[in-house]
Amino acid sequence: MSKGLYSTDKKNFDKTLNLKAIKPYGDTMNDGKTQLSFTLPVPDGEEAVEAAKQLMKKMGFDDPMIVYHKELTKGFTFFIAYGSCTHTVDYTAIHVPKVKSTTWSMEETDEFIKKNIGRKIRVIGATTGTDAHTVGIDAIMNMKGYAGHYGLERYKMFETLNMGSQVPNEEFVAKAIEFQADALLVSQTVTQKNIHIKNLTELVEILEAEGIRDKVILIAGGPRITHELAKELGYDAGFGANTYAEDVASYIAQELYRRIQEKNKNTGGKEE
Amino acid sequence: MSKLGLDFKKVKYARSLAKKIADDVQSFVDKRSTVSVERTICRLLGIDGIDENEVPLPNIVVDHIKEKGLLEQGAAFLLGNAVIETGLTPQEIAEKISKGDLDLSRVKVYSREKAEEALEPFVDDMIKRIQDNRRKRNEYLEKLGEGPQPYLYVIVATGNIYEDVVQAQAAARQGADIIAVIRTTGQSLLDYVPYGPTTEGFGGTMATQENFRIMRKALDEVGEEVGRYIRLVNYASGLCMPEIAAMGAMERLDVMLNDALYGILFRDINMKRTIIDQYFSRVINGFAGIIINTGEDNYLTTADAYEEAHTVLTSNFINEQLALIAGIPEEQMGLGHAFEMNPDLTNGFLYELAQAQMLREIFPKAPLKYMPPTKYMTGNIFKGHVQDALFNVVSIWTHQGIQLLGMLTEAIHTPFMSDRYLSIENARYIFNNLKDIGDEVEFKKDGIIQKRAQQVLDESIQLLEKMVQDGLFVSLSKGTFANIKRPIDGGKGLDGVFEKGKNYFNPFVKRMLEDERP
Repeated sequence: MSKGLYSTDKKNFDKTLNLKAIKPYGDTMNDGKTQLSFTLPVPDGEEAVEAAKQLMKKMGFDDPMIVYHKELTKGFTFFIAYGSCTHTVDYTAIHVPKVKSTTWSMEETDEFIKKNIGRKIRVIGATTGTDAHTVGIDAIMNMKGYAGHYGLERYKMFETLNMGSQVPNEEFVAKAIEFQADALLVSQTVTQKNIHIKNLTELVEILEAEGIRDKVILIAGGPRITHELAKELGYDAGFGANTYAEDVASYIAQELYRRIQEKNKNTGGKEE
Repeated sequence: MSKLGLDFKKVKYARSLAKKIADDVQSFVDKRSTVSVERTICRLLGIDGIDENEVPLPNIVVDHIKEKGLLEQGAAFLLGNAVIETGLTPQEIAEKISKGDLDLSRVKVYSREKAEEALEPFVDDMIKRIQDNRRKRNEYLEKLGEGPQPYLYVIVATGNIYEDVVQAQAAARQGADIIAVIRTTGQSLLDYVPYGPTTEGFGGTMATQENFRIMRKALDEVGEEVGRYIRLVNYASGLCMPEIAAMGAMERLDVMLNDALYGILFRDINMKRTIIDQYFSRVINGFAGIIINTGEDNYLTTADAYEEAHTVLTSNFINEQLALIAGIPEEQMGLGHAFEMNPDLTNGFLYELAQAQMLREIFPKAPLKYMPPTKYMTGNIFKGHVQDALFNVVSIWTHQGIQLLGMLTEAIHTPFMSDRYLSIENARYIFNNLKDIGDEVEFKKDGIIQKRAQQVLDESIQLLEKMVQDGLFVSLSKGTFANIKRPIDGGKGLDGVFEKGKNYFNPFVKRMLEDERP
């Protein structure tokens, strides 16, 4: 079954790295080697394997190899496959919008706020809509934080309110106004059928209707959230996987400072 | 003989403390009922169906009673009077109320005894139906047998009950013993149970009686095919806890998530409401032979699994006592815990092993529900598969009862058919390869494992002593479990709680506690 696994053929390709045309790396530059697995709704057999190979070719893989196949239940076959990707990407032309802030430690952020803003920053957070997961918002806001990254609650210069999960957007906005929040954090974990998009969009609409969208820093977070997506939905920033409280805290402090400065420039006066 | 050097005098003392806490809760529960308990009584008396606006008839009846200011009398008393007066069945009475043709406040009032007598045939029918379900389950178990413990438990969560059937049958063919149909996000906060088969849901499928029936039938079919009884799980925790338990009893579910503490902490349901609901739902589950699952594992998704291990044990002790009061035998107590320690923790595996073995020894007959790693699953499916493997090792080693299989794609999506296959393959490989390791290997005296278990028990006793002083409600308001604080009168559903009036009766509690359990 592992025919070809140790074969040395097809190695007569250009082995120099070209950032204008990158492709997956297995053990040799530009070999394009990729592993993938999928299930096809057909019974196992030679036809199934051939179908999987043909599909791989259509996906753009040369030398498709089905290294494992197994009928999971009647009429559904699972494949583990390898192939050489024929496509390339121009890495030098990539542009990804990123949150423009420097990540500081908790102490640095506290110090910055004390010195430049001179008061505590008020942050309200919630998992909104029907989403019941608090793991994201807790990781950013709670005292304990996540994996050694302390949450905003532990910062001396943040006043925080974590409303938990399943908070309706209306209730969230009402509380944000009452709390006089500088920044709103919305966490979304459940993303089936793009419910998070609907929910995040609705929040922006309510804030606009209330006339406070521009008065707050609006931030979305969650495993499927990117900064690009957040910007597209009308948020100021988005924080996805592998970002922690420090990233969010630094951003809020720097963004609020930037806004205050801008306002001072415009009005020529102090913060009212 | 304890492999951990546990002092069982301490365990006995811990139980006595938990009993005090549970008795205190029960004296609160006994005086009260809730709208969902009343709707459950309606359902058990045979009321089912919806009106043209899709409002369930049990809600229509109880809302009607509430509107007329008669809630404290209870649905049973009022329906009993109506049965005497009209000669109709509770279902026919509910339909009349729905059409506006009958006003329960205008029905002649008879004595409580007369009302009870009038309902007796309907109560008998339901008691028999549930007993028959127990018999049917026993027949299947005898005829088909079952997989060895730990039972392999997997979830299906497509949102569409018919798609769930395909996934569930596939999982059974691959070796699953228990199928859980995850509920749609947010159902726990609905104050009614939707009706009929459903094909739309977010992250899960609606719990409806029809969906229960469809899945039960599918699992019986596949059970015959694979020669193993396949157990069906659903989730009762939430505002409709006893109603869902009743539906499960009627449709022969085998396992039910049934934990008020979970609803209070993680769904912000009012503690008074759900503790009252929990009692009746557990009475039903106990009588129906349904294993309850408790949700302590969830504590460790917000609190640290090493620091807060004793809160899990403490909650297990309390849940055990609350279950005993509701007539649930130890064999039906699927007390929960989880494999959630930070993978970076040195000797984390030894601590997990110690804690799992400790629970096994303290609750020897309980089919302990062991939850897989979720908090530290990262999207690195390759490492995730190893984490799940370590979890499986602990489980077979310490004879856990119900193994919620970890999925390598946890934290990414609800499981693909292939994820479930890989996960079952992982568990079966380890369970077979390490089958008797628990009987072969002893732990070093006063080593890391023994000391850890003893420490957790000691910490649990300290916490129980404090909780006896405060009572359960105040303890929860202080953030004792999961580091989450819930105010006693906060959360959802408090307006559905009422004190029982002098005519109040629940015709099912006594019967379910005392009637034969075939």
